Amino acid sequence: MVTGTTGNQLDRRAVVAALLADRSDLLVVSGLGSSTYDANAAGDHDANFYLWGAMGSAALIGLGLAQAQPKRRVLVVTGDGEQLMGLGGLATIAISVPKNLTIAVIDNGHFGETGMQRSHTGHGLDIAAVAAACGFAKTATLTDLDQVNEARKSFGALDSGPQLFVIKVRAENVARSLPPRDAVFLKNRFRAQLGFQPS
Amino acid sequence: MDATSPSWSQDLHRVLKTSGVRQMAYVPDAGHTALINLFHADPDVTCNVLTTEEEGIAIAAGAWLGGQRTVLLMQSSGVGNCINMLSLPVIMRAPLLMLVTMRGEWAEFNPWQVPMSQATEKSLNAVGVRTMRANSTDEIADIVGAAAVEAYEADQQIAVLMSQRLIGAKKW
Repeated sequence: MVTGTTGNQLDRRAVVAALLADRSDLLVVSGLGSSTYDANAAGDHDANFYLWGAMGSAALIGLGLAQAQPKRRVLVVTGDGEQLMGLGGLATIAISVPKNLTIAVIDNGHFGETGMQRSHTGHGLDIAAVAAACGFAKTATLTDLDQVNEARKSFGALDSGPQLFVIKVRAENVARSLPPRDAVFLKNRFRAQLGFQPS
Repeated sequence: MDATSPSWSQDLHRVLKTSGVRQMAYVPDAGHTALINLFHADPDVTCNVLTTEEEGIAIAAGAWLGGQRTVLLMQSSGVGNCINMLSLPVIMRAPLLMLVTMRGEWAEFNPWQVPMSQATEKSLNAVGVRTMRANSTDEIADIVGAAAVEAYEADQQIAVLMSQRLIGAKKW
């Protein structure tokens, strides 16, 4: 049977580890659920802001951050379900043209946190095509780790965005890797590494 | 004075600029027209037009992570779209300043505006956002100035509800 998930072969932890390798001054926002665990598993970092809620917000937090820090590269790592809840946000991001923003959708075709129900991408919806139609500068669907490593190089430029990569990963629940979930702590830690003091 | 830019809108723009606002996000409302135009003409402020209001809540949180202050403009019907997203500034204690033009409460022709109008203040309060009410153009700049101090200096989540009487009933 042909389904929308037949191309999902990558290990999500390996993908996110590759995205965050040699991260230098990359600013990272992770969407709730597995993406947040993946980002933590790749190594906790002061420049990570982990979401534990506010589903649909990750890419737009990335937009506000990218606009506030135009000289820094911003990466949003999120899941297909999380991005689907903010699908309209792709339109808002596209017309705002944040050149320093990259969105990586870790697409397993399912809602992994809630019982692995098939998502819209699992039924064939193509988020990269949606982003392209919205007007993203670059979009691609990645199915092997070499492609991920190649895409990773493009994060180094400040003038290439907004770009969105859909990365096809296996639908599986891997061991949870839990970062701090105190949002005030995470906020203050994130702002401190940019030189801002708590109020 | 330009008829499309009443003095109270110019006062609001000045107060928000003095407060250090660098980003503005909105779903349009007729009552915000002049202020939206003033911000779009302001090269120091990044403006985002939204497809739905909750996007602005997330943008404001991201902007604050990056050190910038944001003001959100919407009408009361849009508040209903924001409720779960408001957990973000509430739980991370990030500044939030929303200017909400009220519909459905004063010489309102369109009954479809009434249910969300009635629920606006209650639902904001229920999720943890404080509300301040402005009833006249004479007081709006003072109230927004005070709300801006609470939001940006004291990390509060504040919505200023601008009464429909202040804005004027929509002409049909």
